[in-house]
Amino acid sequence: MEIDYKGIGLKVGLEIHQQLDSRSKLFCGCPTKLAPEDSKYYEVVRYMWLTKSELGELDPAAAYEVSKGRKIVYRVPEGHACLVELDEEPPHDVNRESLVIALAIANALNAQPVDEVYFMRKIVVDGSNTSGFQRTAIIALGGYVEDEEGVVRIQTIALEEDAARKVDEGPGYVIYNLDRLGIPLIEISTAPDIVSPDQALRVAYKIGLIMRLSGRVKRGIGTIRQDLNISIAGGERIEIKGVDKLELIPKVVKYEVMRQLSLLKIRDELHKRGLRPEDVPETFVDVTDTLKDSKSRIVRASLEKGMRVYALPLPGFKGVLAVEVSPGRRFGTELSDYAKAWGGVGGIIHSDELPAYGISESEVLQIYNRLGLDGGRDAFILIISDFEKAERAFKAVIERLKYAFIGVPRETRGANPDGTTRYLRPQPGAARMYPETDIRPVRIDESILMEVRKIYIPKPEEILKILIEGHGLSHDLASQLIRDPLLHLYLDLVEELKGVTSPQIIASTLVATMKSLKREGVNVDKVDYEALREIFEAVGKGRIAKEAIPDVIKAIASGTSVDKALDSFKSLSVEEVEKIVDEVITSNIDTIRTRGPEKSVSLVMGKVMSLVRGRADGAIVNTIVRKKLAELSKQGGP
Amino acid sequence: MVHVKPGDLVRVVTKSGIILEGVVLPSTEFTSRGFIVLKLSNGYNIGVSLDDAKVDVLVENYLKLAPSEGPQGTTVIRGDGNMRIAFVSTGGTIVSKVEYETGAVKPALSAGDLIEFVPELKEIAAELVVSDFMRKLSENMTPKDWCEISGEVGKYLASGADGVIVAHGTDTMAYTAAALAFSLRGLGNPVIMVGAQRSSDRPSTDALYNLRACPLIIREAPFAEVVVAMHGSSDDQYVLVHRGVRVRKMHSSRRDAFQSINDLPLAKVYIQERKFKLVNRNYIPRSRNVDLVVMNRFSDKVSLIKFYPGMDCEIIDYLVDRGYRGIIVEGTGLGHIRDECIESVRRATELGVIVAMSTQTVFGRVDLNVYTTGRKLLKAGVVPLDDMLAEVAFVKLSWLLGNYPDEEPSEIASKLVTNLVNEIGGTQSFELFPRWYHGD
Ligand SMILES: [Zn+2]
Repeated sequence: MEIDYKGIGLKVGLEIHQQLDSRSKLFCGCPTKLAPEDSKYYEVVRYMWLTKSELGELDPAAAYEVSKGRKIVYRVPEGHACLVELDEEPPHDVNRESLVIALAIANALNAQPVDEVYFMRKIVVDGSNTSGFQRTAIIALGGYVEDEEGVVRIQTIALEEDAARKVDEGPGYVIYNLDRLGIPLIEISTAPDIVSPDQALRVAYKIGLIMRLSGRVKRGIGTIRQDLNISIAGGERIEIKGVDKLELIPKVVKYEVMRQLSLLKIRDELHKRGLRPEDVPETFVDVTDTLKDSKSRIVRASLEKGMRVYALPLPGFKGVLAVEVSPGRRFGTELSDYAKAWGGVGGIIHSDELPAYGISESEVLQIYNRLGLDGGRDAFILIISDFEKAERAFKAVIERLKYAFIGVPRETRGANPDGTTRYLRPQPGAARMYPETDIRPVRIDESILMEVRKIYIPKPEEILKILIEGHGLSHDLASQLIRDPLLHLYLDLVEELKGVTSPQIIASTLVATMKSLKREGVNVDKVDYEALREIFEAVGKGRIAKEAIPDVIKAIASGTSVDKALDSFKSLSVEEVEKIVDEVITSNIDTIRTRGPEKSVSLVMGKVMSLVRGRADGAIVNTIVRKKLAELSKQGGP
Repeated sequence: MVHVKPGDLVRVVTKSGIILEGVVLPSTEFTSRGFIVLKLSNGYNIGVSLDDAKVDVLVENYLKLAPSEGPQGTTVIRGDGNMRIAFVSTGGTIVSKVEYETGAVKPALSAGDLIEFVPELKEIAAELVVSDFMRKLSENMTPKDWCEISGEVGKYLASGADGVIVAHGTDTMAYTAAALAFSLRGLGNPVIMVGAQRSSDRPSTDALYNLRACPLIIREAPFAEVVVAMHGSSDDQYVLVHRGVRVRKMHSSRRDAFQSINDLPLAKVYIQERKFKLVNRNYIPRSRNVDLVVMNRFSDKVSLIKFYPGMDCEIIDYLVDRGYRGIIVEGTGLGHIRDECIESVRRATELGVIVAMSTQTVFGRVDLNVYTTGRKLLKAGVVPLDDMLAEVAFVKLSWLLGNYPDEEPSEIASKLVTNLVNEIGGTQSFELFPRWYHGD
């Protein structure tokens, strides 16, 4: 689907969270590294409390969780959390190193530090903060990122504490590990000035690049998280949480636009059919009897557990639930999300997707009859669960269906790995912010600013110079690289393989080889960071020749293990190459004699190179071939 | 420069040219001079230097800032149960709430909040009297406050309350608990001191858990003692009910800071399960037919001093010369102070000042018979306090001197070491000393 993003009034804002690489956490002396998997830990059990007035500000799903008294278990890994993380000791003064790093990044983004930093408490009730709130402070305001499609303003830059890591969750309980709680995060929020999916990627990339160029932020999975807010004219401002891969951003934007456009189309279709919100029934029906002899495994397994089948009749809705809103997701999927989130049920089954799940054509007909509906015009939704859950699930589904007549509901959504999104919760109102009275405000005085100035962050423009002069890349290669998010990968690899592998090999592989292999249809996505690092290390240490890189990548992409792939393209030793050269000369000795050994270099080279197939460096082969042929001409006759 | 005051909505153009709009908040102890604290529309506060900034007041008094108010008296609430309960609030973290708009700390829990937080109160009580009695941080409490609090608690007990809950700051809660334990003579029902280490405006507060234990204690407890109800561990698992004269705040910040010393806690209350479990069978039983007598006078001429190596013995002389009538000494080990000071002690006792010895080891008994120094101290007239906590001895001596002004020092000294409410002379069983963490 080609979309005219300007025409539909696309507006995107970014919120980027990045962990800072300080020695200690934001409010205590604990390290900022996650605990190893086998760490010894003890557990502490807590519950969260909220007043009604605060519950009133929460979305009902969260309020429901709190009011149910969900048990929260905190794992406290030895050496990675102290009484501060346990909410058993007041926070210490803010970690100065983190503040300085954050201010340096703010400065590189052209933002102005505030005069005095005040930490706030933002209420969080899911238990991910032991205190029940996240500590956060605005440290700088203003700022902007330049882009070819226009300047994107930065609204606020905040310094805050990361939340605890969720380990497990189930009915009535949730388990968190406290190692991540308190790691400093910088949060950069742009204005909704972004107008295209590609611009969103470029701006996120540029902000990410500036942060990493500070050299003082964490790298690796989970250390950076991107949230997006996306709106189109006539649609709604939708928050999308947890886009963890940069490359996914344009897809997420595009799919969200598609989703909003589809929802607006569904709205128009409903109106065209003459339907009204009042036509969505308020009550559902127990239709267990119609499916009691069903061969469907889902149905049978659920009925055996004592669940029932409940149906919501939807007169006039046929076909609407099957409308695709984003790739692989139908309007029915959107409703299913609501049922899951609010009722805790497994999902819904709707008539537009039946017969399926082992529910037969005739059973579908029976349900239509049972509900007094017309199979050619109407639709229905089934939920298989106990009554209490079904009631909550249907209530949410009914409300969502009614909203289909208005358009796009205001939601917080979560990003899926394929770039589509799923419903998480309604958007909360403005969060209540309490002053954090336990932490002294910090005046941003000259002594802090002096430390800030000591962190040199090159401007993206200056990177070109570093790549050319520092890494020895060609101008062409360097300028390709800085326009590409692969630069992060490149810098990581260069950093890790300093003195082992030349940056040119890494750059040309990433920019040229990987791309041409991708064009050939090689699944290069299977070659992850670890695999690349091992390949380049093997080249640097002479285990394989750089000529073998494409073959090794191909092998790994087709499922061979990295070690095996490297072994099968192992460099030949000088003796082995000499042996091959000898063999080639012997088997072509007549031709060589006829032409004269001096004129046979390219002939022998060609044959040898096709035999070693990337397992030897061309220059070495060349030297050996010349040496052998020279010996031959000295010898004279055979 | 435009004059701005807390509550005004202002627009500020900073020296770097950034335009800000927000409400001016009252400054805190930490706000730098020449700075204002601004609440932005996104809820964040920032500090703004007024040097070189341009400030315009958009709306004066945009936010109403209520002046802090005094205690509000009593509210009576009818419940669905059959007990009569009084809730006396004296201040402290347990009742503190920060207003998110202004950052002001409100040192009172409203009766409405209380009922919402502690649904068990309405279930158990037929009549609940909520008394917003005092708004004091516990470090500011004096013996005069103990007197007032016992008077207030005694009033409800005398008029038939089945139990009284006293919300109190935790720092000196154990002192007030002891003061109530001595002054409420002939107590027939439990009096529960309750506090919090995390204020009740936090979702993670321990206040509600501790509070919810109180109605269960009033309904279930077989004892009629002044007790302290606080978290038993770092978990929200159970609340411990400590005897008020055997409890001590043993940590500066943890939820389970309060622990019984040289004694078992009286009971455990499991909130989730709504279960009351008696732990200690040695208690003063509840009874209907006792006559409560409130003896709530306390002398302020008692001192509590901690001996340290090289302590100047004139400190003792000074107290005596200033008219102090009692000195509780926290000695070292079994109850010692340096030899040189024994003379000052002798002088004190000869002048009728009661000098009593407890130990700074907190755990264990004093014993002045083992070493020469001890024997010399005994000879100089020191009263050994056995296993009584120094703080409890301090309160008890203040109470004795306040209520028996005409008695001879020897009579007071003998009352000091005579058990009244299980404050002295227990059996020191092996388990009562905590097992600390030793690695692994
Ligand atoms: Zn820590």
